[in-house]
Amino acid sequence: MFDLLHQPWSWYVAGPVLGLTVPLLLLAGGKMFGVSSNLRHLCAACHRGDVEFFRYDWKSAGRWNLTFLAGTVLGGFLGGFVFANPDPIQLAPSTIADLRALGIQDFHGFVPDDLFSWSALGSFTGLAVLILGGFLVGFGARYAGGCTSGHAISGLSDLQLASLIAVIGFFIGGLVMTHLLYPLILS
Amino acid sequence: MNFTEYLKYLTIGTLFGFVLMKSEVVSWFRIQEMFRFDSIHMYGIIGLAVIIGMLSVQIIKRWQLKDMHGNPISIPPKDSSQVPRYILGGTLFGIGWALLGACPGPIFALLGSGITVMAVPVLSALAGTYAYGLLRDRLPH
Repeated sequence: MFDLLHQPWSWYVAGPVLGLTVPLLLLAGGKMFGVSSNLRHLCAACHRGDVEFFRYDWKSAGRWNLTFLAGTVLGGFLGGFVFANPDPIQLAPSTIADLRALGIQDFHGFVPDDLFSWSALGSFTGLAVLILGGFLVGFGARYAGGCTSGHAISGLSDLQLASLIAVIGFFIGGLVMTHLLYPLILS
Repeated sequence: MNFTEYLKYLTIGTLFGFVLMKSEVVSWFRIQEMFRFDSIHMYGIIGLAVIIGMLSVQIIKRWQLKDMHGNPISIPPKDSSQVPRYILGGTLFGIGWALLGACPGPIFALLGSGITVMAVPVLSALAGTYAYGLLRDRLPH
């Protein structure tokens, strides 16, 4: 049991457990699983101006989801700190070779220190990844009306055509970034 | 919401965050691997999550199950006529997802795991969300 908590889970165990989030939230209170709405709720909570998009009762709409988000942070602490896996991620050798060729040197944790450290903020690459990457995730998720959880998991689970179109968009963007833009950014 | 309600959503969120870490989907490396088609890992996880989600949504709809409070469960459909927003918004999101190597759930889970610099993408994602709110009327939907 203790091993199960420390070891990484294989995809065929993790996938079904992840999928259970959808029925758990529906049965808990008829809630639809989607993380990025919380970014809107947080904007609405801090909002003092007159942007219509943020003028709604964020407390009654978003309290449950913000609580869920607090749980996500706690789950990250338990799964990634308390019961952290001490070994590097078992990546495909071809991915490691590609990334080494692009100059990535640290393969120890969940993210490479080369890009994800406070000192990386002093470099163009670090700024692009942490600031531009985050900005596009926030902007794109709201523009598309959902992120990986809301569209790829919830939306596809409910057979929504809109979500399928959004997921195709996710992949167009992801492939362009990975194969065309990232080599330029890292060079 | 009373204490039990908060505890309920906190628990489901904790399970979600825990699985995100244990499945390594929070990893920038796994996202790189996925967009290079080098491993089944991410596709297997998302695919199986969707299958479980789909089966449970079908069961909930067919049997007209009620939630814990006894209220009927209704799932509002998304407006699939707004094609530009899904393609354009989706593509911008995908560029950000591959660049940062994390989508909203993983950003927060990584922050919880002690990678404090993830506070920066939390703030920039909030800025991106705010920018969308400002520009919404001028964007094609």
